[in-house]
Amino acid sequence: MQTIDMASTELRELNSMLQSQEGNGGDAEWVIENTRGSHALAVGLNAPIKVTVKGSAGYYCAGMNKEATVHVTGSVGPGVAENMISGSVIVEGDASQYAGATGHGGLLVIKGNASSRCGISMKGVDIVVHGNVGHMSAFMAQSGNLVILGDAGDALGDSLYEARLFVRGSVKSLGADCIEKEMRPEHLELLADLLERAGADASPQEFRRYGSARKLYHFNVDHADEY
Amino acid sequence: MCGIVGLFLKKDDLRPRLGDLLTDMLITMTDRGPDSAGIAIYGDDADGLKMTIQSATPDEDFDGLEENLTALLRGPVRMRVIDTHAVLTLPEGSEAEVRAFMAEKGIRVMGVGNSMEIFKEVGLPKDVASRFGIRQMAGSHGIGHTRMATESAVTTLGAHPFSTDGDQCLVHNGSLSNHNRMRRELARKGFAPQTQNDTEVAACYISSRLAEGANLGEALDGTLQDLDGFFTFVVGTKNGFGVVRDPIACKPAVMAETDDYVAFGSEYRAFANLPGIDNARVWEPEPATVYFWER
Repeated sequence: MQTIDMASTELRELNSMLQSQEGNGGDAEWVIENTRGSHALAVGLNAPIKVTVKGSAGYYCAGMNKEATVHVTGSVGPGVAENMISGSVIVEGDASQYAGATGHGGLLVIKGNASSRCGISMKGVDIVVHGNVGHMSAFMAQSGNLVILGDAGDALGDSLYEARLFVRGSVKSLGADCIEKEMRPEHLELLADLLERAGADASPQEFRRYGSARKLYHFNVDHADEY
Repeated sequence: MCGIVGLFLKKDDLRPRLGDLLTDMLITMTDRGPDSAGIAIYGDDADGLKMTIQSATPDEDFDGLEENLTALLRGPVRMRVIDTHAVLTLPEGSEAEVRAFMAEKGIRVMGVGNSMEIFKEVGLPKDVASRFGIRQMAGSHGIGHTRMATESAVTTLGAHPFSTDGDQCLVHNGSLSNHNRMRRELARKGFAPQTQNDTEVAACYISSRLAEGANLGEALDGTLQDLDGFFTFVVGTKNGFGVVRDPIACKPAVMAETDDYVAFGSEYRAFANLPGIDNARVWEPEPATVYFWER
């Protein structure tokens, strides 16, 4: 295990050290200390290493992650795990805006609350939020799963494509073209697996499923006069 | 962008360190707003009325000012010059007369009140803080701002905080889109903004609502109905500290609370030097939700 103290290490130095672990058998476990809310910590990782960020992080923590496991012990600022490809990112505290935005794969777990636009334009990532999410979460979400153990804010799943949304608490309002859908056995199975992987103590039966009504997919000729 | 910081102490123990803590918070937010910086700080109550004034040529304008004001008001006047600013202590009831005097001399009035002093200038936050000796200042609460200008010029008067009534101040991250119409409405109510800056309109709005009898929470709530645009506002009054974000809430905000204080920052980084921050409750203020504390 290698410990990096951010009081004496430049951010670029940290990230290039972590990014150079691909295929060179370097230290598999890293601990980053003294983070003090710094931006862009542990971004662009590309190897199956384990990184613990001790404390809170600022903007874009663990962005573009591939294969690595990044564990943040505090809270994170806007854009955590943005555009994740694979691997996992676990946040013990809260996350600010657009957590997991545009993610293609992997697992993002937020043990506190996420604020607005969680999972915006997600493209295959799985996101599990133990607390609540803010407004416009899963806006234009294309694929993947967003699991919310708490409540969802306004306009959940607005202009949704094929991502699946599971909510245990209340939904303040659904966005355009987002509807509640039947929970079938395959969804319960999928949800059980996600909850287990996210360390969430909840039963799949307690959730409701939401998805796209697919009414925005095609041009509606009745609206022709509006153009 | 812009950076906002605020600190409201719940207990007196940290009073001597208020300026020091706020200075660290402000400097950390430099890369969000390197154009200008400012701070409003609520210190000890003055024996009279406090007025903070500013001049681009302080050597000329402040020379003999204390004596001239003493003669004008036929009462005790004290003046403490700090760089381009000076804090005057005036007899109660003399505000209008002194404002007219300052207008004639071309000296700017930054704010008035019993306990609030306000310092703002163009330049890097570390330089602004050092010019005014903010680290050495004590008090119960204060708010600060680092500016990256969007809606009006980079000038001393365009810097935040804005103070538009006694012991009131406001800082803003964002931009307002209906400020011209609001400016005319507020002028009719007697709260005419002095600059072309959009944020000053918000400060005048809060002042007008408080003058009409609203409490701080109601005045902040009114911004959600009456002001259009992007905003995170942090507001100080003599005994209070309030926060509100617009319903879209694009502008970042984070808060921290312990038994000793409530802190606001545009980013968590601003809190890194606060005592006990590792055990503080840290959360993001909800959109369209008013938070305020009063002692």
